[in-house]
Amino acid sequence: MEIQERAGERTLSLVFSGEMDHHGIRDALRRVELAVDAALPRTLTLDFGGVTFMDSSGIALILRAQQRMQSLEGGMILCNVPQQAKRVLEAAGINRLVTIKS
Amino acid sequence: MKKTPVNEVKLKFPSRSSNEGFARGTVACFAAQMDPTLSELEDIKTAVSEAVTNAILHAYPDTIGTVSLKIRILQENLLEITVRDRGRGIADVEQARQPMFTTGGEGRSGMGFTIMESFMDSVSVRSTPERGTTVVMKKRLSEKSRKRA
Repeated sequence: MEIQERAGERTLSLVFSGEMDHHGIRDALRRVELAVDAALPRTLTLDFGGVTFMDSSGIALILRAQQRMQSLEGGMILCNVPQQAKRVLEAAGINRLVTIKS
Repeated sequence: MKKTPVNEVKLKFPSRSSNEGFARGTVACFAAQMDPTLSELEDIKTAVSEAVTNAILHAYPDTIGTVSLKIRILQENLLEITVRDRGRGIADVEQARQPMFTTGGEGRSGMGFTIMESFMDSVSVRSTPERGTTVVMKKRLSEKSRKRA
C-alpha cells in the first residue's frame, strides 16, 4: 500500500494505491496520523483512486482518520472510491458516516 | 442429501498476513470456471479476505498457525468456501458477529462478519475455545444463460 501526501493551505490530500487489507494497512494507520499531525489540515481528503481492493481494514483506517480530524475540528472527504470499495462501505453503513465525493 | 462437488480444492498455509491476498486471489482464480460476474468475484474475494484475516489475526494472535481453505463448486452454480483454523476459538460467536464488535484493537473495525454476511448468501460459524473456528460461506452465482440474456 502506497500513500502519497499532497499538502496545501490547511488542506491535506492522501492518495492511496494498492491493496487495502489488514496486511496493507499495517503501517498506513500510523502514517496517516503522522501526516495529519504534521499538516494540521482543516480538510483532509482521502483519495482512493488507486485502491485495487479494500476490505474492512479500510473501514478501520477511514474511521480512524475521521476521528483524528474531528479532534482537530476539521472535516474529511473521501474521493475516487472504486466500485468494490464503495460496496464494502455500503455493506457496513459507513457511507452514512463519511462524506464521499464521486 | 450430501451433494457431490463438481470440483474442489483444498490448501493450507501459515497464518501470515501476506497470505491474505494469496487466499482471496486463489479463490477468485478457482471460481473463475463458474463464469462469475465481476461484482460476484469481488464479493467472494472480499468475504474470503475477511474470514482469512480473522483466522490470521484472532485465531493465532501471538503465533503462526495453520489456516485451511477449502473451495467447492457444487451443483447449480453454488460456491462453498470453508476457512478453518485450529487456534484460540471464539468464546461467544453471537457477540463476535455483531457489527462493530472487535477484540482486534485500533486497526480493526469489527465489520468483518457483517461484510461476509452481506456479500455471501449464507455464513455459518462453528467455534470451540482453544480448539479453533470453522467458517462456511456459500454463494449461488447467477446462471450463465441469465447473464447472456
